[in-house]
Amino acid sequence: MLVTFPHMGNAYIAMKSVLEDLGVEVLVPPPCTKRTLELGTKHAPELACLPLKLNIGNYIEALEMGAEVIVMAGGCGPCRFGYYAEVQREILQDLGCNFKMVVLERPQGNARDFVKKIAMITGGKNILQVLASIKRATRVAVLMDELESLCWQVRPREKREGTVSRLMREFHSQAVKTRGSGKLAILIGEYKNRISRVETEEKKEVLRIGIVGEIYTVIEPFVNVSIAEKLGDLGAEVDKSITVSYWVINHLIKEALHMHDKRELREASYPYLRSFVGGHGQESVANTVLYKRRGYDGVIHLLPFTCMPEIVARSVLPEVSHRYGIPVMTLVLDEMTGEAGYMTRLEAFVDLIRRKKEMKELYEERILSGD
Amino acid sequence: MKPRVGIPRALLYYNYFPMWEAFFKELGAEVVLSDLTNKKILDDGVNCSVDDACLPIKVFHGHIINLKDRVDYLFVPRLISVERNEYICPKFCGLPDMVLNSVRELPTVIDCTINLRNSYSSLRKAVLDVGRLFTSDYRRIYMAYRKAAQNLKFFEELMENGATPLEAMRGCHSAKGEYRYPIGLIGHPYNIYDNYVSMRIIDKLRDRGINVITQDMICSTELDRIARGFSKPMFWSFGKRIMAASRYLIDERQARGIIYLVAFGCGLDALVGDLVERRIRKRGIPFCLLTIDEHTGEAGIDTRLEAFVDMLEWGGAKECL
Repeated sequence: MLVTFPHMGNAYIAMKSVLEDLGVEVLVPPPCTKRTLELGTKHAPELACLPLKLNIGNYIEALEMGAEVIVMAGGCGPCRFGYYAEVQREILQDLGCNFKMVVLERPQGNARDFVKKIAMITGGKNILQVLASIKRATRVAVLMDELESLCWQVRPREKREGTVSRLMREFHSQAVKTRGSGKLAILIGEYKNRISRVETEEKKEVLRIGIVGEIYTVIEPFVNVSIAEKLGDLGAEVDKSITVSYWVINHLIKEALHMHDKRELREASYPYLRSFVGGHGQESVANTVLYKRRGYDGVIHLLPFTCMPEIVARSVLPEVSHRYGIPVMTLVLDEMTGEAGYMTRLEAFVDLIRRKKEMKELYEERILSGD
Repeated sequence: MKPRVGIPRALLYYNYFPMWEAFFKELGAEVVLSDLTNKKILDDGVNCSVDDACLPIKVFHGHIINLKDRVDYLFVPRLISVERNEYICPKFCGLPDMVLNSVRELPTVIDCTINLRNSYSSLRKAVLDVGRLFTSDYRRIYMAYRKAAQNLKFFEELMENGATPLEAMRGCHSAKGEYRYPIGLIGHPYNIYDNYVSMRIIDKLRDRGINVITQDMICSTELDRIARGFSKPMFWSFGKRIMAASRYLIDERQARGIIYLVAFGCGLDALVGDLVERRIRKRGIPFCLLTIDEHTGEAGIDTRLEAFVDMLEWGGAKECL
């Protein structure tokens, strides 16, 4: 039984680790490419959001390679993600694909169903073994995100441009071939070492930009045209408000146990957005405020076209930007997004905040010298 | 002087207006409505809301602008959920915030939260919060709410008997003409009943002797019964009604065809529309998906409607498919 799952940035590393530790044969779909997107847009509803389309592309490519079971997450609204699996199943069935879909979602009252589904994928493994491997995979996800954030810090400062990106490409091609959480953790550690040894210019002035928005567009480099890499090359250090490990720990584990502490988020977003709006809409607003408090120079807000929660966030963000004096740029992503247009906007944004920072420093200098 | 409460004629106006009208009137307030949707309202709405919001949200912003200088209070409730374990749509959860941050110089906005997802107690709190703005007499608030709930029940009964919300608000039953056959018209209430947005689609179909049945003209218990048969419970209240109605109309009312009116940019319609369409097409029943946005020309919609009706009348679906 060959199991596959849709891509979302580096999430495949955690998924692979949990399934392989349980002895499941895993087929990681090929990385998202133009073909993935074309397959998705061809078969998915026209106005569906981008992640749904790419998921469909991932499934089709994985099924072509012989996958038999698709594992997908579910939800209970109000974001459309909760109904993805239903729509995707119908689409694939109508295409005549032969597959089985297992939807993992937080059980609503009936926990037995959930356990049964897990048993089906793992071939009847003990629930304790399952929990242990989830714990190990969470650890791998945390390590992976540490590696990524190290890249974001090193990239704008590296002496020879492109070193970090080359190392990361190498890393991903090896990660696909590595099996099990133990070996993945070692591989991640090895590359963390290599990247921290990359030669850097410590004195270089870098800008700090926070990225907020819808989780898939923030995490998946194919959709956001590798925004973290591009900003790094432009000399800006990036931080993403949502990462895979954050999502796994806070949304999957803590939420299920009612331990997710949202007070800080609620407090930060309250003057602008007073309610949960599904997805990560409230987080986008709150994190923009938090980035300002942490001294960031600008924020980029990403969302797929027609994303419902982020449209609400988008309509209040100008007010946040205005009141806190932090530049915010919203980028709407869809299948038409052209890389060149993107690049121009990013360059312009970076220039703008760099200029703003310089002006501010100049102004402060003047005050100090008494001019 | 009586306080004036403004209610925009958009979004859930078509579902709950008779209830809130009675409530505010019983509390001694004057209810002011925005004008019927027109070109100016639409343009104002488009100009002040974010460009990728859906059409109904833009229309709503337009109604707010139309109303804001004429009233003391604007009624923009935050409707998170109106049924157990369900939501309306993310944009409704943040509606007051969207309005407050996009339209300037607003009067006091009444943005009570109604969230019946987990329990019904928030309705009580919302009613009391709103009522306290006008009176400190709890008994009076309670009586006003009872009257409001009765009105809503009466209104919904009229609709289930085949009246559109606008007819039901006038208190009349549907225009009982000689209809030749039924077809289903499904979609969000604020799209299909707003005569400007939908370009009088119901009247146009009725003029051709067609009995138009919308999801609101079907008994709610029937819809709930069908919705329990979904492979996964649908967590959007409107999505659930639309999908259940499409099945009910085909299976139990022998509708000759189904028209689904969607608004461009509506997230629910994108997914629900696809699920509905796949099922209807498999049954071999004619299906027409009409997408409306701020640019839609009436002539284009008319052509498609006429073509659809002609197809239904010239020898059934099989030949045309």
